[in-house]
Amino acid sequence: MSITKETLIDFLYDEARMLDEGRFDEWLALWLPDGHYWMPLDYQQTDPINTTSLMYEDLFMLKLRVERLNGARTFSQKPKSRCHHVLQRPFVDEMNAEAGRFVTTTFMHYVETRLDEQQLLALTARHELALVDGRLRIANKRVDIVNCDAAFRNIQLLP
Amino acid sequence: MGRYTENPKAVADLFQGHRVHRDVYINNEIYNIEMKHLFANAWVFVGHESQTPNKGDYFATQVADQPVVQVRHSDGDIYVLRNRCPHKGTKIVIDRSGNTGKFFRCPYHAWSFKTNGNLLAIPLKKGYQDTGFSDSENSKGMPGVGAVKNYRGFIFCRLAEQGISFEDFFGDSLSSLDNMVDRSPEGRLEVVGPPLRYLHYCNWKMLVENQTDTCHPMVAHESSAGTAMKLWDEVTDKDTPLPPAMEIIAPFMSPYEFFEEMGIRTWPNGHGHTGVHHSIHSKYSEIPGYKESLAKTYGTEKAEEILAENRHNTVYFPNIMIKGPIQQLRVFIPLAADKCIVESYIYRLVGAPEELTARTAMYNRMINAPTSIVGHDDLEMYERAQEGLHADGMEWVNIQRLYEEDEDFSKEAVENGTTERQMRNQFDAWVKFITMSMKQEDAS
Ligand SMILES: [Fe+2]
Repeated sequence: MSITKETLIDFLYDEARMLDEGRFDEWLALWLPDGHYWMPLDYQQTDPINTTSLMYEDLFMLKLRVERLNGARTFSQKPKSRCHHVLQRPFVDEMNAEAGRFVTTTFMHYVETRLDEQQLLALTARHELALVDGRLRIANKRVDIVNCDAAFRNIQLLP
Repeated sequence: MGRYTENPKAVADLFQGHRVHRDVYINNEIYNIEMKHLFANAWVFVGHESQTPNKGDYFATQVADQPVVQVRHSDGDIYVLRNRCPHKGTKIVIDRSGNTGKFFRCPYHAWSFKTNGNLLAIPLKKGYQDTGFSDSENSKGMPGVGAVKNYRGFIFCRLAEQGISFEDFFGDSLSSLDNMVDRSPEGRLEVVGPPLRYLHYCNWKMLVENQTDTCHPMVAHESSAGTAMKLWDEVTDKDTPLPPAMEIIAPFMSPYEFFEEMGIRTWPNGHGHTGVHHSIHSKYSEIPGYKESLAKTYGTEKAEEILAENRHNTVYFPNIMIKGPIQQLRVFIPLAADKCIVESYIYRLVGAPEELTARTAMYNRMINAPTSIVGHDDLEMYERAQEGLHADGMEWVNIQRLYEEDEDFSKEAVENGTTERQMRNQFDAWVKFITMSMKQEDAS
């Protein structure tokens, strides 16, 4: 499989669609086993480990998050939340076909809703993608929320 | 004016030993009385000294509904000032933190103030000559608060000019703060990063009560902690040691006996803690080198004593909770009867291995972030209660578990870890401090 700019962009749109349609198992299968989903708490935060983040989760924690959404006693998901991503055309920042490593930046609006409430988050997603066994996978994902220092309501699904 | 203003008896009657009236959670008039009286008479958390380490450093925050600024004055002391210009009320500081140099300057008319609040200068001052201005309260500068105390780096204030002393208010409950600070080989904490800020549409007291509610984890958190344990069993064999994330979340599913046996201690004035004998923090794995560095400072025996204390949640009435073993502090900031923000801070143990900070940061984001699956479980319960309390036909909330007739909260007590005594203790203090300065309406 040869990776073009368009393949990368399609991949990111597909990912967003999986999340919006609640196809979380497919979404988890996009990840490499040692990947991390990082959502910093501070503007331009550099350290995910020794200071608080909104999220810094390995694949086990992401699985737990997804598994919980469908739990019989997950009361905060009765009724379920829904989400909606609107993506600006992604930027391909790094394109190293030889190493099979790609980095993209995507500006997006993320809407999450449940019952009568709906919240809008503007955010920047930075994806590190890798080509492994002919398949594009997520090596790491960083999501910076524009108003990361604001007080938030629940964020239960995945931007 | 409604049913409660200037009627301390009606307010006191909202707590009846084993039950509390729903108006303490849903009534706006009660909320206003809390702001005016309860939060004025109590000692309330402001910030940590490491948020303002240098002269001129400030940190803008709020004490209940009062905008305040914590600032390091030129004499090195920390002051807490009302964040308003004495001229027209403009907030002097609008960013959350920074350094103001030697003085504050109002951006509206350039009145300036020393960092202890005293008026420094007013442009074109002659316009106030012979106007009587110098006799007005506005000529004194930025108003302060009644009293400020820096206790081992933690800044508290009492808004009221007169009232209970810091020592009398907290008494022996300070042992929890002591233990948290003693865990640093240098006896010193430092704030780490900004706090998590989580908005709840419920009364602030629901969150405070939940800190010692030991009968909810295995139920409300089955969805998060229970699922974690199920998933962990599926992916590993039994002998794999728990990774840090599982060490943190698994104890939430401990059985009732675990919580019964952990014990609850209450102190006078509404303070109390869970985890007298053990807690969900007891089984965290040791970090290499930490015990040794602590022993160097305190000696082996004292170091072991410090580490053997694994208090779970310590509630400092009215509105903070600390976790000594992991150096976390959460402040429950009231915004309205049905609205509050929780800010969750973490601190570094100065001189201890950084792995401890990493565990604390992990706990903070896993359990207390707006993205936290455990947080989602809790918020759902609070907000359902806030809505459910409007149901007529039943106006009282029950807090009767292990209740005894004529409970005396003026003495320290240790009881079964599933008692709701600490919630009753909080309401006992609530009545005491809210009615303390209320005036009885003239019976005419
Ligand atoms: Fe909880």
